[in-house]
Amino acid sequence: MAEPRRKMKDLRKQPGFDFMAWFCIVFLYAPIVVLIIFSFNDNRSVVRWTEFSLRWYYAAFDNEGIRNATIVSLKVAAVSTLFATTFATMAALATTRTPPFRGQMLSYAIINQPLMIPEIVTAVATLSFFSIIKQLTGVTGIGYLMLAHTVFCIPFAYMPIRARLEDMNLTLEQAAADLYATPIQVFRKVTMPLLAPGIVAGGMLAFVVSLDDVIITLMVAGPGETTLPVYILGQIRRGITPEINAVSTLLLLLSIVLVSAFFTLGNKKK
Amino acid sequence: MAQDTADMSGKSAKNMILAEGVTKTFGEGDSKVHALDDVSISIRENEFFTLLGPSGCGKTTLLRLIAGFELPTKGNILLDGQEIGHLPPYKRPVNTVFQNYALFPHMTVARNIGFGLEMQGRSKSEIKQAIEKMLALVQMEHLANRQTDQLSGGQQQRVALARALAPHPKVLLLDEPLSALDLKLRKEMQIELKRLQSETGITFVFVTHDQEEALTMSDRIAVMKAGHILQVGRPKQIYNQPARRFVADFIGDINIFEVDLDEVSGTTGRVTLPGGATLPADLPEADVPAGAVSVAIRPENMRLADARDSAAKLKGTVTNVVYFGAGSNVHVALKGGSEVIVRTTGEVLDDGHEVGLILPDRVQVLVD
Ligand SMILES: Nc1ncnc2c1ncn2[C@@H]1O[C@H](COP(=O)(O)OP(=O)(O)O)[C@@H](O)[C@H]1O
Ligand SMILES: [Mg+2]
Repeated sequence: MAEPRRKMKDLRKQPGFDFMAWFCIVFLYAPIVVLIIFSFNDNRSVVRWTEFSLRWYYAAFDNEGIRNATIVSLKVAAVSTLFATTFATMAALATTRTPPFRGQMLSYAIINQPLMIPEIVTAVATLSFFSIIKQLTGVTGIGYLMLAHTVFCIPFAYMPIRARLEDMNLTLEQAAADLYATPIQVFRKVTMPLLAPGIVAGGMLAFVVSLDDVIITLMVAGPGETTLPVYILGQIRRGITPEINAVSTLLLLLSIVLVSAFFTLGNKKK
Repeated sequence: MAQDTADMSGKSAKNMILAEGVTKTFGEGDSKVHALDDVSISIRENEFFTLLGPSGCGKTTLLRLIAGFELPTKGNILLDGQEIGHLPPYKRPVNTVFQNYALFPHMTVARNIGFGLEMQGRSKSEIKQAIEKMLALVQMEHLANRQTDQLSGGQQQRVALARALAPHPKVLLLDEPLSALDLKLRKEMQIELKRLQSETGITFVFVTHDQEEALTMSDRIAVMKAGHILQVGRPKQIYNQPARRFVADFIGDINIFEVDLDEVSGTTGRVTLPGGATLPADLPEADVPAGAVSVAIRPENMRLADARDSAAKLKGTVTNVVYFGAGSNVHVALKGGSEVIVRTTGEVLDDGHEVGLILPDRVQVLVD
């Protein structure tokens, strides 16, 4: 019975494909590899290799500026992830678990707005908006930075959560209701447990995005609110040091761990 | 219009579900769909009741109205004498076996089965007992701690059944539960379902578009078309005395003759066949106007005879013989030009053979 499979055109056999693929990979990752290698260089130079050493990592840990920036980064990322994920979960439930309503497409657009508006525009707008509020209320503090991060993290958290909800069979929730579960029990016993991997994935993505942000943070952050990427940017103006390489490598490592966990969760059988 | 004679199965005649003038529409304006149009039906306690009809006729909608996933646009639904039309699903003592099973993927087989009782707030020991009883009932004891995605289709089906039966609902709703199974497993599950119904004594409302399945399993069948119930009756009744042309056509092979009706009195009359022969006829409703009507005769209710046989009221020529193991379907072209099918277990005839047809003593008149 086995029919001969229709031959698929193998894209890899197209002329130039290999070359393009390697070209992209090399130019994408070669700089990162160089950065990592020179973070282990026992020398102040970032272009000439001498010997393996961890001295720049020790130096980085000893540097108070780096330590403070790291703490700020983690604080902001944690708080904005918490809020962004909560809002994203509520938004995803509202856009997938209600009957179709007028303006549904518009609501998707509004939720995803931060992805589509150039970041510099959002940054400038947020800056002036926050200045007005600060002037009117006199309230200052790191809350503004957290708020700004929360907003641009929402779409990143929203996407995996919504995808998970849309994949989830609606009849599961009906089956629970059919078996005497009240709406609250349906949510607690069926919707939430099945949604959890999506929420965790969304949260990790939000965390990475917050951790990596420069432009908006640059505009919004007040004194003493320097995050790690902004600190690195400031240091680079005075020339690249292996210390910065070491910090960047650590930041990269954290991102890789979170993003891989995100994909693992996303691919887990639904 | 639905013919509904007294139940002869010896089961209780108490109504478990009573639908009165139920209408359900979806959408508005031009896209408005009448999924159900003024449907009234009574389903008795402890009955295996089947909703049969082609896809899109409103079977699922009727089940969803009974389960509470939809609310009727018009009309009432009573369950065991109580109006339930306004109750949410979790307050109705009715459970559903979903077409795709809808087992909870994050729970074991045992927890799936116990879910309904857990939600009802039963005690741990009671739940445990019920789970064991249900596992035994569907012969799944050895798989109690499996995740549901490690089960075959047939096993998932059994878990879905056990889960829906565990809280001992007043009514079990089954929406085409067997359609995803292969033929052999389907036959097994048909027998299994009959057994479960008689062992538990729960009223089953079963949905299918498979007429054979409906005929073999049901105490009574409701045949549906385009949001209406055309006929309700026991399988034999539906098969042998279809009231509507659609019912006759939908269920099994059937020959339909265009005839003249006269001598109408109550629900009987006399029809004149194209060749001039006359036969007594049963009418689906009183006082069908005399004139042109259709009658239906099953292939197995006609016999082949010698062309010169005086009892043969119709004559024709054999055009084709289809052998199917237990017998043959003989296609006969009548003198008037139309073709009929006669089932025979006897002699195999050659094409071109002249034959006579012996008709049943009475025939059934169909209305459209
Ligand atoms: N939620 C809905 N929205 C709009 N139309 C629907 C909906 N559910 C069912 N229908 C329509 O109602 C009719 C009956 O559907 P259904 O009850 O599913 O039929 P069946 O189960 O007999 O195949 C169909 O025409 C279907 O398209
Ligand atoms: Mg259906």
